[in-house]
Amino acid sequence: MGFLGKGLLDGMVVTARNFIGSYFDKERLVTIQYPEERMELPENSRTFPFLVYDGTPDRLRCTACKICETECPPQCIYIVMDRDEKGKPRQRPKIFDIDISVCMQCQICVEVCPFDAIKMDNDYEKSQHGRFNELVTHLPDLLKPNEYYHKVKPTEASKVDAKLKAEAEKKAKKAAGAKPAAAPAKTGAPPAATEPSPAPKAFGASSG
Amino acid sequence: METVYQLVAKWFANKPAWMPLAIAIAVPILFILAVYLLIFAYTTLVERKTLGRVQNRYGPNRVGRWGILQPIADGIKVLIKEDIVPRQADKFVHFLAPVIAVIPSLLLFSVVPVALGFVPVNLNIGILFAFAVSTASVLALFMGGWASRNKFSLLGAMRAVAQVVSYEVPMVLAAVAVVMAVGSLSTVAIVEAQGGGFLNVSNWFVFRPWGFVGFVLFAIGAMAESGRTPFDIPEGESEIVAGYHTEYSGFKFALFQMGEYLATIAMAGITVSMFLGGYYGPGTGPGFLGGLISAFWFFLKLGAMIALNIWIRGTWPRVRVDQLMGFAWKILLPMSLINIVAVGIWHYTASKALAWIVTAIILTVSYILLAKLNAAETIEKRTYRYVT
Repeated sequence: MGFLGKGLLDGMVVTARNFIGSYFDKERLVTIQYPEERMELPENSRTFPFLVYDGTPDRLRCTACKICETECPPQCIYIVMDRDEKGKPRQRPKIFDIDISVCMQCQICVEVCPFDAIKMDNDYEKSQHGRFNELVTHLPDLLKPNEYYHKVKPTEASKVDAKLKAEAEKKAKKAAGAKPAAAPAKTGAPPAATEPSPAPKAFGASSG
Repeated sequence: METVYQLVAKWFANKPAWMPLAIAIAVPILFILAVYLLIFAYTTLVERKTLGRVQNRYGPNRVGRWGILQPIADGIKVLIKEDIVPRQADKFVHFLAPVIAVIPSLLLFSVVPVALGFVPVNLNIGILFAFAVSTASVLALFMGGWASRNKFSLLGAMRAVAQVVSYEVPMVLAAVAVVMAVGSLSTVAIVEAQGGGFLNVSNWFVFRPWGFVGFVLFAIGAMAESGRTPFDIPEGESEIVAGYHTEYSGFKFALFQMGEYLATIAMAGITVSMFLGGYYGPGTGPGFLGGLISAFWFFLKLGAMIALNIWIRGTWPRVRVDQLMGFAWKILLPMSLINIVAVGIWHYTASKALAWIVTAIILTVSYILLAKLNAAETIEKRTYRYVT
């Protein structure tokens, strides 16, 4: 029953539906008014790396092993190990610089880190007023707590926490079992079940 | 104007005679400038916000709460822009063209009856004046295109003139139908002829068969006159750069836009007076309250027509220039002529029921016939003569 002009009227119905629907339906008004509102990013989105600490900033997981510095393809990480007065290395970085104008967000540093210390952030508001030194992030700005990691990437953070807890328990049990109190009365001292590591397979996962 | 003169003449009884006359002239002018320019400013905002909502986005909402200061911001922006005139352009014509675009639209407002007893100028040739004046705006389009000394502007201006002139014809003929039914060219008489009836509504001409067809024809013609989408070939933003107003910047550009919007609003006002019953609605009557209610109904209907214009702008794609001309001459013009025949039959038929049936049948059949005659050729499967 198409008369001349029916298509025009159908079109007007579509537009009217869009207009009225935009007051009630979120799908018909897709504007996100930046900067008052921000888009919900999916969990896997990533921009630049950050360093995780558990609890207080001096309990950071990074031990300045320099694996990420070596593996980084554009070589944007610069690490200097912290040494105490006698020159003996403390297992923590003194300088940890990431040049975010060079970083290509490939996540290789995250994949190779044996300690789950460096993870990808999804903060994109990193503009500075200069192009060179201002775009280098230093250690204090890179340190973020584990709670932040949970907020930004919940599933990944839970997996990492579970893996670290399992490894800590294994270590504790091994330490407890390494001093056998004389009798093998301590049955079940060596953990019979090697718990399968639930974490995503990180290179060099055997941290002992 | 006459009402104001009568009111004011009493107070100025012992003053020189030109004083009440001057006031009676000044009041309608100030009324038109104040009311309609305000309506124009907020129509631009309402249009942008409505188009935004239709397109799944907010309209402007940064300048004031809900963007209500946006027209003021636009006005300031346009006034402080540099006025660029091309070096080879014809300066005098370039200066005059935007002015000539605005003046006819403002003049059109003077014959639109706003409330019971309130029309700025009560001409007894109101409709004739309205069409004469609206056609004068064609000159502005052409002047704009010619004076810019730009081949594309000239092309845009040529197409604009062709469009406006060809849509004048069915528009005027649709108005002729109404004039025939009423017997007078005065807009006040036309509105008065639509009073009475059930709730002051059932006598509107849009509820008659010939009036409905006339309304559609007139509305389409009015949209083409002022160059609104879907007929905005002259100033199509993605088309011929900006057509006849490419070379205009700052306030002159704003004047062209103002001319277009004011023409839309004025034509909406005339459509309301001719087909939608003007200021008649439930509650219109003599007296102060009745007059106030009649003004309310007029502005409500004006707003509805403007909303229809904006709705159409947000929905229909732009018409191609040959489709545009074909539509005007091959469909609208025959329809308007048949409409005149229908009005004649209606007027001279004694029995209203018979008149309804006959005119409805004539108009529907002619519409279907016109659609069939103008249908695009269906392309059939190719047959080959020497296929082996």
